[in-house]
Amino acid sequence: MSEYRIQGNTGEWEVVIGLEVHAQITSESKLFSGSSTGFGAEPNSHVSLVDAAMPGMLPVPNRECLRQAVRTGMAINAQINRWSRFDRKNYFYADLPQGYQISQLYHPIVGEGEIEVTLNEKDPDSPTKKIGIERIHVEQDAGKLMHDQHPTMSFVDLNRSGVALMEIVSRPDISSPQEAGAYLKKLRSILRYVGSCDGNMEQGSMRADVNVSVRKPGGELGTRTETKNVNSIRFMMQAIEYEAQRQVDLIESGGAVVQETRLFDPNKQETRSMRSKEDAHDYRYFPDPDLLPVELDDAFLEECRASLPELPDAKRARYEAMGLTAYNAAVLTAEAETAFWFEDLLAEGVDAKQGSNWLMSELFGALNKMGKTLDESPINPKQAAELLGLVADGTISGSIAKQVFEIMLETAAQGSIMAASAIVEEKGLKQTNDTGAIEAEIAKIMAANEDKVTEYRSGKDKLFGFFVGQTMKAMQGKANPQIINDLLKKVLG
Amino acid sequence: MTDFSRLGVAAIRDGVAKGEFKAVEVAEALNARVSAAKALNAFIVETPEKAIEAAQAVDADRAAGKPLGKIAGVPIGMKDLFCTEGVQTTAASHILEGFVPTYESTVSANLWKAGAGMLGKLNLDQFAMGSSNETSYFGNVISPWRRNDGSTAALAPGGSSGGSSSAIAARLCPAATGTDTGGSIRQPAAFVGISGIKPTYGRCSRWGVVAFASSLDQAGPMARDVRDCAIMLEAMAGFDPKDSTSLDLPVPAWEAGLNSDLKGKRIGIPKEYRLDGIDEDIAKMWDNGIAWLKDAGAEIVDISLPHTKYALPAYYIIAPAEASSNLARYDGVRFGLRDLPDGAGLQDMYAATRAAGFGEEVRRRIMIGTYVLSAGFYDAYYTQAQKVRALIARDFENAWASCDLILAPTAPSAAFGLGEKNADPLSMYLNDVFAVPASLAGLPAMSVPGGLSKEGLPLGLQIIGKALDEQAVLNAGLAIEQRSGFTAEAGEWW
Repeated sequence: MSEYRIQGNTGEWEVVIGLEVHAQITSESKLFSGSSTGFGAEPNSHVSLVDAAMPGMLPVPNRECLRQAVRTGMAINAQINRWSRFDRKNYFYADLPQGYQISQLYHPIVGEGEIEVTLNEKDPDSPTKKIGIERIHVEQDAGKLMHDQHPTMSFVDLNRSGVALMEIVSRPDISSPQEAGAYLKKLRSILRYVGSCDGNMEQGSMRADVNVSVRKPGGELGTRTETKNVNSIRFMMQAIEYEAQRQVDLIESGGAVVQETRLFDPNKQETRSMRSKEDAHDYRYFPDPDLLPVELDDAFLEECRASLPELPDAKRARYEAMGLTAYNAAVLTAEAETAFWFEDLLAEGVDAKQGSNWLMSELFGALNKMGKTLDESPINPKQAAELLGLVADGTISGSIAKQVFEIMLETAAQGSIMAASAIVEEKGLKQTNDTGAIEAEIAKIMAANEDKVTEYRSGKDKLFGFFVGQTMKAMQGKANPQIINDLLKKVLG
Repeated sequence: MTDFSRLGVAAIRDGVAKGEFKAVEVAEALNARVSAAKALNAFIVETPEKAIEAAQAVDADRAAGKPLGKIAGVPIGMKDLFCTEGVQTTAASHILEGFVPTYESTVSANLWKAGAGMLGKLNLDQFAMGSSNETSYFGNVISPWRRNDGSTAALAPGGSSGGSSSAIAARLCPAATGTDTGGSIRQPAAFVGISGIKPTYGRCSRWGVVAFASSLDQAGPMARDVRDCAIMLEAMAGFDPKDSTSLDLPVPAWEAGLNSDLKGKRIGIPKEYRLDGIDEDIAKMWDNGIAWLKDAGAEIVDISLPHTKYALPAYYIIAPAEASSNLARYDGVRFGLRDLPDGAGLQDMYAATRAAGFGEEVRRRIMIGTYVLSAGFYDAYYTQAQKVRALIARDFENAWASCDLILAPTAPSAAFGLGEKNADPLSMYLNDVFAVPASLAGLPAMSVPGGLSKEGLPLGLQIIGKALDEQAVLNAGLAIEQRSGFTAEAGEWW
């Protein structure tokens, strides 16, 4: 898709990227215990006996977490494995109470699938590329160490211990930082559509391990490094850029890339070594004997499939078929929340074209100015639909609608939003269709601008707009613009 | 006055229910016996107040005319592998010394709900790893039995449920809980002349039981006769949604179903269990067992379990592998022992804590387990052992085509002396040779007394049944019990 190349001293280099994305599964409780998954609670307040790995405690799989993983798999057209199994990944760390993470190495719940990405999702002409997904497996998150609470000790917060994650592993099909960014955005969009992960990278509900290697175009794969736990799209792109350049420089100066785990430092915008392959753990994976294999029956799979929402690509095609421009359709479907807002608007009876134009220009413009997201919009789809309805039935003009919208936002900011119809009523903004009144104003304007009338009649067509503007102004914006047009055409000849 | 130490579970339950005596009288009598038997070292913690409390509740319920539980008024011993709320639970290890759970294991909770009371927490091999109860951090358990040659040599009560077996044989309690991973109920029962049953894997919840090897661990009762085992098992078993491997099946009425008429039953005698150089006494007892079952109406058939010889090596790969992972949680971070040398970091703390907290046998098995799971060895050991396990299970499946139950010795010898085998782990492991196949296949298996050795020590006969067919196992056990005339008891030397 993109011809991303690094120019080295010895020629061009190609970058090969694979991503392992850890996405926190949206669920009330943890993967193997009933504890809450709520974010931001007091340390160690969401910890059950199971999460703390007390003696004799046993994991019981949370079916909802498995369901979300299966739905996600279906959303990327992946193979769903009716038989999967949990394995233990053994290592010692203070944030890992069991001394092992329950994960799925040998038999993941979701097999191969793919995601189609475009470099610029809002540009319908932007080229597309399919990125292969190798697998999605379900596993436990670890707790968190806090090193700043005590001069000589580290504290452990187990609130996240046992929270369900999906690890979504891509094939090394990604060949530029931009593609990686597009992939992650698209993946996040799908997860949000499906409702299996909130995609909130700031809160850590989504993070990526980035595998990068470089090679001469078309050559043998190089040795890869893995940069762990990158928690924003921007950082990920920076990390790839830095890491690829570092590898090229290293190789060209006679060195060799070492297979190792690295960390990205967002302040310095560089990666640095965390541990090399020699220090790599032997995780001694083996099937978790506390758990039975996960077997999915037809009814379960059927329910998962039936509960899948329309996904972004399908939605975009449908919007285009409704008459929206490709651009509008792309923008409206890029994020689930936008599409859902738009569809709420349609459900209130708003015309698709009118609704999409208003949403993308007026509402987005206003939100942008306020620095708010759609989620935080002071106006809801029902209130917006009322406003747009007034335009559609000719009660107010488009320009009056802008005024009304502004008043709505102002009243909302003051604490209680005023309905569009109430504003129109109170401010007397109703559009007039009274041809007599308009004709009277036109007559006055023509009398006051005889020179311009002459110029117009001698061929200066552009002046038509001047007369429309003057008439509208004289009517205080409340005249039906179509009637002004018709009348002006008649009298100006 | 009734000697309550001579009453079994059924007798105490029935006597209390009929008002022949008070539950509190029984509890007091047995508390006194427990307290007077310290020489056996069967208990790690004595809880006389718990026994009294439970008994008082039963007496009050009876006085109020309320219905009584399945084992109301029966004081029992609780193997210290079961977590008990508010009572120290150690798995006989230093690393858990002083650990007091805030929760009650499902099995013990079931027993208390059924009206049982707790005399104390019974000693065992550390983390249930051992066959002689010599690996406990709290010292060896001594068998009440002695050889008939006048020797006072201390004998092993078997393991890992050695505290349970010793306490029951010494009549400190009528029954106790055990757990069986590779024979830990059956072998100690055999060593002291009592009965014990390991039910089908999944019958008893593992929730709240300190894990040794999750795919093998199964709780079960030990008592002085078959009926008492049936009563106890009924109270202990049952589906538990907190254990994913628990069987979602109703608990059969095993006691009511007891029937020693074995007409129509075919008993398989596996030729592979007749090892070269088999102990003479064991061979003779086995032949007696065959005769008794025939007498009870059963048909005897020769069967083959061809992969038997691979069972022990497979077991000693799978069990340590799971244990090495299960015991990782004992790390000094959240509970139990923490050894933090000056200036130590996290890794040093782990090393120091675990070196100090685990005994030699536990460390050995953690190392074996770690080894067989490591990269490069996994397939050769763990995967191979799992294949063997599947073949062992298939052996039994094939055998069920020609028989309904299998009769074999429980252990290859009578009890040995403390210190006789613990220098050589392999000869110790060999004690499990007859017990391990049923564990690997998850089948119900029981040991009942089969006679005495030349030295006057008890020997056990093992009955292995089909999955979920505990009833047939218990019935065959009952048939043997009725014919063996086993009444021998250990002399009360302590």
